[in-house]
Amino acid sequence: MHFDDGVLPAEYYKYIGKKIIFITIALICLVLLFVIGISVGAVQIPFIDVVKSLAGMTVSKRFDIIIFNIRLPQVLTAIVAGAGLAVSGAVMQSVLRNPLGSPFTLGISHAAAFGAAFSVMILGSGTMASSISDAVAISNPYLTTFSAFIFSMIAALIILAVSKLRQGSPEVMILTGVALGSLFTAGTMLLQFFADDVQLAAMVFWTFGDVARTGWSEIFFLSFVTLFSMGFFFMNAWNYNAADAGDETAKGVGVKIERTRLLGMIIASFVTSVIISFVGIIGFVGLVAPHMVRRIIGDDHRFLLPGTIISGSLLLLASDIVARLILSPHILPVSVLTSFLGAPVFIYLIIRGKRR
Amino acid sequence: MILNINDLTFKYNSHNVLNNINFSVEKGEILAILGPNGVGKTTLLKCINSILKRDKGDVYINDKDTLNMNVTEIAKQMSYVAQNNDTAKLTAFDAILLGRRPHIKWRVSKDDIKKVDAVIKRLNLEHLSLKYIDQMSGGELQKVSIARAFVQETDLFLLDEPTSNLDLKNQAEILGLVKRVVKEHNVSAVMTMHDLNTALRYSDKYLFLQNGSIYGAGDIKEISCLMVESVYGIPVEILQHNGYPVIIPGELTNAA
Repeated sequence: MHFDDGVLPAEYYKYIGKKIIFITIALICLVLLFVIGISVGAVQIPFIDVVKSLAGMTVSKRFDIIIFNIRLPQVLTAIVAGAGLAVSGAVMQSVLRNPLGSPFTLGISHAAAFGAAFSVMILGSGTMASSISDAVAISNPYLTTFSAFIFSMIAALIILAVSKLRQGSPEVMILTGVALGSLFTAGTMLLQFFADDVQLAAMVFWTFGDVARTGWSEIFFLSFVTLFSMGFFFMNAWNYNAADAGDETAKGVGVKIERTRLLGMIIASFVTSVIISFVGIIGFVGLVAPHMVRRIIGDDHRFLLPGTIISGSLLLLASDIVARLILSPHILPVSVLTSFLGAPVFIYLIIRGKRR
Repeated sequence: MILNINDLTFKYNSHNVLNNINFSVEKGEILAILGPNGVGKTTLLKCINSILKRDKGDVYINDKDTLNMNVTEIAKQMSYVAQNNDTAKLTAFDAILLGRRPHIKWRVSKDDIKKVDAVIKRLNLEHLSLKYIDQMSGGELQKVSIARAFVQETDLFLLDEPTSNLDLKNQAEILGLVKRVVKEHNVSAVMTMHDLNTALRYSDKYLFLQNGSIYGAGDIKEISCLMVESVYGIPVEILQHNGYPVIIPGELTNAA
């Protein structure tokens, strides 16, 4: 059967146009914030000098060193990590059909923290150096990162394995994640109890997520992983829309929903594991950024995903800038700020009680 | 013949839910699957669409064995309207556009948009087009789900309790719509139904399920009191009203 007497509805195109405008505005804000982010801090660099330096015209040797060794890596890390965490959160919310889906609520972050603590204490690696802290820079940062990554992947794989036993049901994934979260928290506390002062400081320092601990090679790796996941998620945008409509409807329109759910979770967990292991635990970006965008442009993943990516970057970058300035000359880890920001939003979402 | 089902059997935990089901559906026909709660009506519908994997038997759609078709190919041949649809902050237009999923790779063509527009007009849903489906009433949402099935442009619609939880007017509107589209486009529909009288009014054939087997099947106008009484276990009377049979349930005797 065929329906051939339709036209292109102007109203609908206007509605789509609004979403594109929102995304464009967000993108412009991100570019502005990028320049601001490089400009502000303990040493103020005028905007015009930032632009000139980035374009390769050396204004002063000192500015070049600050920009290319400290500020630019930090800003880029915030952009990449914010984007990756946010887009993973959006996908987890969709495939789990639960508004609370995010790396933080699924216990993946806690597992990473345990992995870091495990590395500090048992493997004796200490923690990595950060340009915002002069405190506890110790021997082997890569081992800590690797250990955090391994444990967060273990958490993700356990969630997937348990849900596989129960036909990939979303509830099972969430409940398993909650259980794992408390298990790994208990494990971390156990390690902390037996740790000496330096180890304890290193463990706690690691969990303060901040975007200042990555160098260029880490940034390239992070970007590669994040871009790959974005590509994968974009390709599946229709499948996530179908997942939102319910399993039966999704299958009815030819979507292999179990496979979509499994692959979505694997990729999202992988990206967040990588990000968390490099920057530490940054809560709520993965939860809040998608919800903010949902409220403005809706749940159509063709627009939600790009909107979420940009908003996640914006959110983390803005938080990082504020964290740098709020107690200047002291610099707060950005995770403290995102959690302060995220918790009220989280409670607001619960009170609104909107079932997705 | 659009749909042909041979010897379909479905087990759940080694317990037979459906036993050796055989039936077929012709072009332009609406079949109502009837029977008490928990008898396997929805399961049968899901087996037809391969949402559930059958344990035995064949399902042929347009003479093609669905066993050799992937989910997208099946979705091009038959559409499924689920009983419960989850809602999202999605406009009706975009929700209906999802029905084009089997036909598109990723990019939506102008042709797809036009088809959605045409279906919306045919169903008189223009006023809902840009309303978010999470703000819709049950009746509105059901119309959107049916529009999504229409825009899939399949030869067979499978509808799971299309009118449960709907008021009288919405029931009449939705079933009237299905009937009109089926007749106009010479396609077919299989619906599971609760309400015998709406089934009598809007379908051509019936199929009674009892304990996972076919108890009786035939032309809807030939439903007998005896059959209804033995399937549902309640005495009934069948009256004729404006050319349609109407079933009046009687009193349950206090045998138990």
